[in-house]
Amino acid sequence: MCLAIPAKIISINGDEAIAEIQGVRRKTVVSLINEPRVGDYVLIHAGFAIKKWSEEDVREFNEIVKGTGPKAESNKGAKQEKIRSHS
Amino acid sequence: MQKETFKHSLGRISELTKKIKRPARIMEVCGTHTVTVCRSGLRSLLPENLKLLSGPGCPVCVTPSDYIDRAILLSRQQGVIIATFGDLLRVPGSLGTLELAKAQGARINVVYSALDALETSAEKRDKKVAFLGVGFETTAPGIAWTVKTAAEKGISNFSVLGALKTMPYAMAALLNAGDVGIDGFICPGHVSAIIGTRPYEFICRQYRLPCVIAGFEPFDMVLAIEMLLDQIISGSAEVRNEYHRSVSEEGNPKARRLMEDVFEPVDAEWRGLGIVPKSGLKLKKEYRNYDAMVCFPSSDIPAAVNRTECLCGEVLRGRIAPPECPLYGKECKPARPVGACMVSSEGACAAYFKYCRNGGVEK
Repeated sequence: MCLAIPAKIISINGDEAIAEIQGVRRKTVVSLINEPRVGDYVLIHAGFAIKKWSEEDVREFNEIVKGTGPKAESNKGAKQEKIRSHS
Repeated sequence: MQKETFKHSLGRISELTKKIKRPARIMEVCGTHTVTVCRSGLRSLLPENLKLLSGPGCPVCVTPSDYIDRAILLSRQQGVIIATFGDLLRVPGSLGTLELAKAQGARINVVYSALDALETSAEKRDKKVAFLGVGFETTAPGIAWTVKTAAEKGISNFSVLGALKTMPYAMAALLNAGDVGIDGFICPGHVSAIIGTRPYEFICRQYRLPCVIAGFEPFDMVLAIEMLLDQIISGSAEVRNEYHRSVSEEGNPKARRLMEDVFEPVDAEWRGLGIVPKSGLKLKKEYRNYDAMVCFPSSDIPAAVNRTECLCGEVLRGRIAPPECPLYGKECKPARPVGACMVSSEGACAAYFKYCRNGGVEK
């Protein structure tokens, strides 16, 4: 039930937006995130965008779901460095 | 190269587990993590001495059966429409299930979002729509937004039958019970997208246990396990974040402010854990007109009758793996579930049954 999926914002009208997930478009409330813009990738849970993803986040996600992880050891090193800096 | 990175982490997990020289026990708190573990066959890739325990992070599973009974009684009232997430439909209460009530004529709509329930309220002003607000911190901000919007738009035929819960105090309650050995937590990713990393810090401090917030791909979980083992070996107990795509230290302050505007903490009952102080969310006084408990006062909820052989409570506390329940796979299957953990797609029993039944390595 805490499932959330990344989607791209196609249009925005006030608090509501249309977001596209693998070709499927759905109404999504964007008032829980700061400055939503058309073209942003957002994480959607139960009809609400809860987090904006950066381009780097989208790239990382695509690499993970296409294979089993970021492409190179250097990427992993960078990721772990990021982890250390946030922990 | 992708596979090499994955293999490298698995190799390190194997080495680190050997260094611990006893079984290492890691709990994945969130039900979606349990599904990832089962669906990917991850257990079969992990060393024998590393035990993954499923935790209480499935909102439908931890919702007590008297809540289901209350919802069923509500659905029988004239002019009431129940709006619910689909997962809740087949959870058994003492009075049956919402699915059965629907078959018997009750008006029960399955919705994707609380917003759908609000739209129904706006369209059908002659009906009273009660939304079954079940979920954790991931779901609560959306429900808060919906209640606030209903108030702003003057939609008075909308209400929430609340059973929202919050995770960190439940994790502490699990440790306080003292009957489950846990060396570290894999913390829920999307709950953490809202609350951030700080609310777990007291667990590290008070219980000297490491926590790692993880994403939901097998790669994320392998990395999180590696990060936990590193901490277990070095004796450190910190909150670390593997899921940077979605989780920051501060979480989502805007969503949290909204939750704080609309809800206040309340003691909540969890299936398997009992009453956990301050682990629930209740609508504040200024929104009480949207509280279904206020709109539909009811004193005739029958005492809950739980099947004593059903061990959902033990599964939710990580005390047993689903196949250790005597009903699992026999009387209790996804087609005819006895316990909530076999109903929800995130339930540990359902995940085991679907993915680990034949030849799955159940550690």
